[in-house]
Amino acid sequence: MNLAAQLPVLPIIIPLIAAPLTILLPPRRLKGLLPYVFATLVSWIVFAASAALLHSVATAGPISYHMGDWAPPIGIEYRIDLANALVLTLVSGVAALAFPFSYASIRAEIDDRQLSMFYAMALIAMVGLLGVVITGDAFNVFVFVEISSLSTYALVALGAARDRRALTASFNYLVMGTIGATFFVIGLGLLYQATGTLNMADLKIQLAGESNRMVEAGFAFILVGMGLKAAMFPMHLWMPNAYAHAPSAVAVFLAATSTKVAVYVVIRFIYTVIGADFDFAGAAFNWLIAPLAVAGMMFASIVAIFQDDLKRMLAYSSVGQIGYMLLGVSFGTEQGLSASLVHLFNHGLMKGALFMAAACVVLRLGTQTCAGYAGLARRMPLTAAAFIIAALSLVGVPGTVGFISKWQLLAASFDSGRPWAAFLVVGASLLAVIYMGRVIELMTMREGAGGRTKEAPATMLIPLYILVAANVYFGLNTEMTVDLAERAAVALMGDAR
Amino acid sequence: MDFVTFALERYNYWIFITLMMMGLYIVIARGNLIKKMIGLNVFQTSVFIYYISIGKIDGGTAPIYLPDDLKARTAHAGDHAPSLAGKSEMGAGALRPDESLHDGFDLAGNDLASLTAPAERPDAAAIHAAPAGGANDILAAPALTIDGPGAGADLAHQAADILYSNPLPHVLILTAIVVGIATTAVGLALIVRIREAYGTIEEDELEAADDIAEFGHIPHKPGRAA
Repeated sequence: MNLAAQLPVLPIIIPLIAAPLTILLPPRRLKGLLPYVFATLVSWIVFAASAALLHSVATAGPISYHMGDWAPPIGIEYRIDLANALVLTLVSGVAALAFPFSYASIRAEIDDRQLSMFYAMALIAMVGLLGVVITGDAFNVFVFVEISSLSTYALVALGAARDRRALTASFNYLVMGTIGATFFVIGLGLLYQATGTLNMADLKIQLAGESNRMVEAGFAFILVGMGLKAAMFPMHLWMPNAYAHAPSAVAVFLAATSTKVAVYVVIRFIYTVIGADFDFAGAAFNWLIAPLAVAGMMFASIVAIFQDDLKRMLAYSSVGQIGYMLLGVSFGTEQGLSASLVHLFNHGLMKGALFMAAACVVLRLGTQTCAGYAGLARRMPLTAAAFIIAALSLVGVPGTVGFISKWQLLAASFDSGRPWAAFLVVGASLLAVIYMGRVIELMTMREGAGGRTKEAPATMLIPLYILVAANVYFGLNTEMTVDLAERAAVALMGDAR
Repeated sequence: MDFVTFALERYNYWIFITLMMMGLYIVIARGNLIKKMIGLNVFQTSVFIYYISIGKIDGGTAPIYLPDDLKARTAHAGDHAPSLAGKSEMGAGALRPDESLHDGFDLAGNDLASLTAPAERPDAAAIHAAPAGGANDILAAPALTIDGPGAGADLAHQAADILYSNPLPHVLILTAIVVGIATTAVGLALIVRIREAYGTIEEDELEAADDIAEFGHIPHKPGRAA
């Protein structure tokens, strides 16, 4: 009974136990440092455990952990292969930066008395996302999705102290999110009815060769439900407002992780559960996912150009970026899948950095409109520089992670005989040049209203710069992300066969 | 005609689909946030019904392990009939005899009776007619028919053939019900806060208030009454 054998369950169990303990910590003594430090430490431990898992999976192959020692398919299985170890590391890594980052920002934006609750809820949101990624049991996915969603609704609503629109945004998110999750459950019910099992690997075995309408309907329900959670193009309406009005630190964490996790679930169900060679999934690739991905890329990028609110613009940009990921999935090739996974990881890095920079601006200048960014390069040079690097990464300038994932996507689209997709990817990137360039132009060329402002505190700048550095590092050294993603894609495709 | 039978045999799905569509329609069409919440609940409940109905097996009893219970009962049936009655009653009370349970017990009772003493087998119709009498039926059967411990093995063997409903969907949906309650609670709490912040819970008024905050006036949108 050594700790290493229990490693797969640690990222879940530690924050799950820590969350209620956080509530007990006094929010107003020592300037609220107690819950903050505690939650931050927990997030670091979780990151360490996830990194250890990634290392172990990368060297020794997939891990299957039997919850309570009940063997699958009866018991709940935590199954970690390269694909989810990668997403796990992304989620816990962003959390390990977002928690230390949050202190100054969240104290300025919410009531001090809510601080303990906030950190407890943030931990639970993290548990939910990690659980979705780590589990190998289909119904467990639903439970964890709802755990993360419920705490996210509350976290978004906390923005009400600054702007009451956070409340309506949160309510809309709740309605849409619940519909999405319920669709997902209906889909699971249909798959269960067809197979009598809920273990993903076992579902795959049972579904092999099955191609009746019930399975198809189940797959459709799951795709729509998770599409809603992932803000897949026509179902993205909850997202811009939720991200724009949530407390800045919450937006950092959500933007970098929550939709990516939903995309991961889509990938997992398509490849590991349904199997990509399943005729219906193939049809869904060509006639549903690809067109919607392209429409999302173009439409959301165009809408982003016309946004006045910077965070809302970033949220629309996220809808577009989700389009890239789904486009890669829809190729149905190893390369496309690998490009999707790389972009999933990289996009978490760049959106995390952008939202962090936006949070610094909100803290010091109290504005999140694009107009408020005028002259930022002179007023807050460090923040502005970080924002510009992350923005270039989003556009896809060589030397940043954005370039790597777009390069992979272009290569995949040519290789799978879809040159049109490559042109659309480039077209959408040009739109990104317009909407990010507009802000960069404001920051560097225009005169701002005020003089030089104090930079955000070090607790915010350091995590911001770590993320920016990751944007550049993984843009130059692609060994880790691309290689792992390629191996993960091969493994997923292997699952599908 | 075939189609009619096909459709009627699947009546549980019709209930599920109708409720689901009603719920979704309420969520989309109603502007009042409370009504939206209710619609969401109807929608979720339809899924609960769907799950519960797929777990139900015709004539199946509640998935509670019966053989040991029966063995114990038969071993003592001869000399401790009264205390046995008390015990079974307790068990039945804990089970909360609902309809499916009731059927299941009838089934078990009948099997026991036919196995050991066909002559004294109670009339099946009479058992079905007995209102909420699951506990009584099963008590009646062993008391009438079982003579001694010797019958125990046969009975246990027979009990293994009892049809159980599939417990897994029911357990799953218990989880989903809890999630649904939590969602409703969070949603209602949000509505209270919205009402405090805006003074209304009508969606169009909320939108108008947000538009005024954003643009300084209500922008003209086609299809919306001024």
